[in-house]
Amino acid sequence: MTALVIAEHDNASIRPATLNTVTAAAQCGGDVHVLVAGLNAGAAAQAASQIAGVAKIIHVDGAHFEHGLAENMAAQVIALASSYSHILFPATASGKNIAPRVAALLDVGQISDITKVDAVDTFERPIYAGNAIAIVQSLDAIKVITVRTTGFDAAAATGGSAAVDTVTGVADSGKSTFVGSEIAKSDRPELTAAKIIVSGGRALGSAEKFNEVMTPLADKLGAALGASRAAVDAGYAPNDWQVGQTGKIVAPQLYIAAGISGAIQHLAGMKDSKVIVAINKDAEAPIFSVADYGLEADLFTAVPELVAAL
Amino acid sequence: MKVLVPVKRVVDYNVKVRVKSDGTGVDIANVKMSMNPFDEIAVEEATRLKEKGVVTEVIAVSCGVAQCQETLRTAMAIGADRAILVETAEELQPLAVAKLLKALVEKEQPQLVILGKQAIDDDCNQTGQMLAALLGWPQATFASKVDVADGKAVVMREVDGGMETLSLSLPAIITTDLRLNEPRYVTLPNIMKAKKKQLDNFKPEDLGVDVKPRLKTLKVSEPPKRSAGIKVPDVATLVDKLRNEAKVI
Repeated sequence: MTALVIAEHDNASIRPATLNTVTAAAQCGGDVHVLVAGLNAGAAAQAASQIAGVAKIIHVDGAHFEHGLAENMAAQVIALASSYSHILFPATASGKNIAPRVAALLDVGQISDITKVDAVDTFERPIYAGNAIAIVQSLDAIKVITVRTTGFDAAAATGGSAAVDTVTGVADSGKSTFVGSEIAKSDRPELTAAKIIVSGGRALGSAEKFNEVMTPLADKLGAALGASRAAVDAGYAPNDWQVGQTGKIVAPQLYIAAGISGAIQHLAGMKDSKVIVAINKDAEAPIFSVADYGLEADLFTAVPELVAAL
Repeated sequence: MKVLVPVKRVVDYNVKVRVKSDGTGVDIANVKMSMNPFDEIAVEEATRLKEKGVVTEVIAVSCGVAQCQETLRTAMAIGADRAILVETAEELQPLAVAKLLKALVEKEQPQLVILGKQAIDDDCNQTGQMLAALLGWPQATFASKVDVADGKAVVMREVDGGMETLSLSLPAIITTDLRLNEPRYVTLPNIMKAKKKQLDNFKPEDLGVDVKPRLKTLKVSEPPKRSAGIKVPDVATLVDKLRNEAKVI
């Protein structure tokens, strides 16, 4: 029994979500191998070989793997799949994109967003925006899984010494091409890996105010910035800042929600945070029902006061 | 060019579901059911492509119980030209739905299938990608902008950290994200018109598809409850609590 983890990386280094996925893979009971497919991804493969608990790295290089196109990535995983009992992806935008393609090609069901491994074939996963937890048993020979990273600790990034096996990749599907991307450059921690997140809601009123009020707080705390769906829909914050059922799932040490009422879809994305602070002037806001510390106040005065007090 | 738009009937997004006391699932008797919000965005996008003259026919599809007809009527009120129901009382998992849709794609020969990225009941986020794999078609998931011209779909998609643009050769699969469009309100005249539109009915057996579940649900339970903490009177107290009680800053 061996598990294959599909690494998320930027060709030079391994993204943190991979580490949590390795932990989930190890709990499936056998050896853990990691696939690093990219362009000039030797450094990422080396970094992956250092992850504690990993037995082997499979490194595949090619221009058609540079942007992680689902067609090519899935074909590559399929080429390797017969050696594995479990194939695990982090439940990130990339993992969610590729994993079901792999499952369908193998004619197996997929287990999405697992938060716990109960047995080699039995897993826990949230449904209905986390309002229920289902324990599901896979009846298929190969388990294709996406891993909710907040459900598992990160494996140590160093301490391992796996062999790196470089293999020839599958050919380009030719059916899709990468045109371009706009990835925001930021010195802030990644939202899903941040220890502290400050998140703003519709009450901020405009993109300018969002930036003016929330950014100094994030700067002061070294925090990542998040937002509610309402704030993103209104254009106050970029799409990929959305925390919630269909956005990012986060579980930082400290989550500060300012001007967020707390719809169930938002709570689904952050209620596993260790400490939750809510700042809202509406005493009845549902966010207070999950907050460890609630401050009933106007965020436009409370947040700057908080920045000054820190 | 035809477009196929699969739609799912789910518990309305405003309903907070309750877990059944015997742990077999969530209680969906007598709760409000609606079209999955992402699928509504898919129907809207297909309708806009038709209004732009890019698409000639929009076909809505739903797989599930007889009441999915209501969901299909809603899709036709938004703008779908006709609808197909694959009726079954069996539990349908994403792989089974993808296989049913593949059979319908082979029958109808659309150049594009637009689906919601995720259903808000099982939160699986699988069906579109699975259908793409079964058909051997390219895919663009989590779309926030779609342009179709010259045998290609150019799709801007939401990824971690920002946006990415892909160009797909048609036929292709697109799944919708929240910011692709804002679905229109359906008007009464359009609801009336939708009642007269064609709705065909199949059974999974008619399409030669085995829909047997691949995952067995052993138990469904309530998530651990998070209890409300305390209200603090001012910012100074908040900072003190965070420093000295929670020790997170």
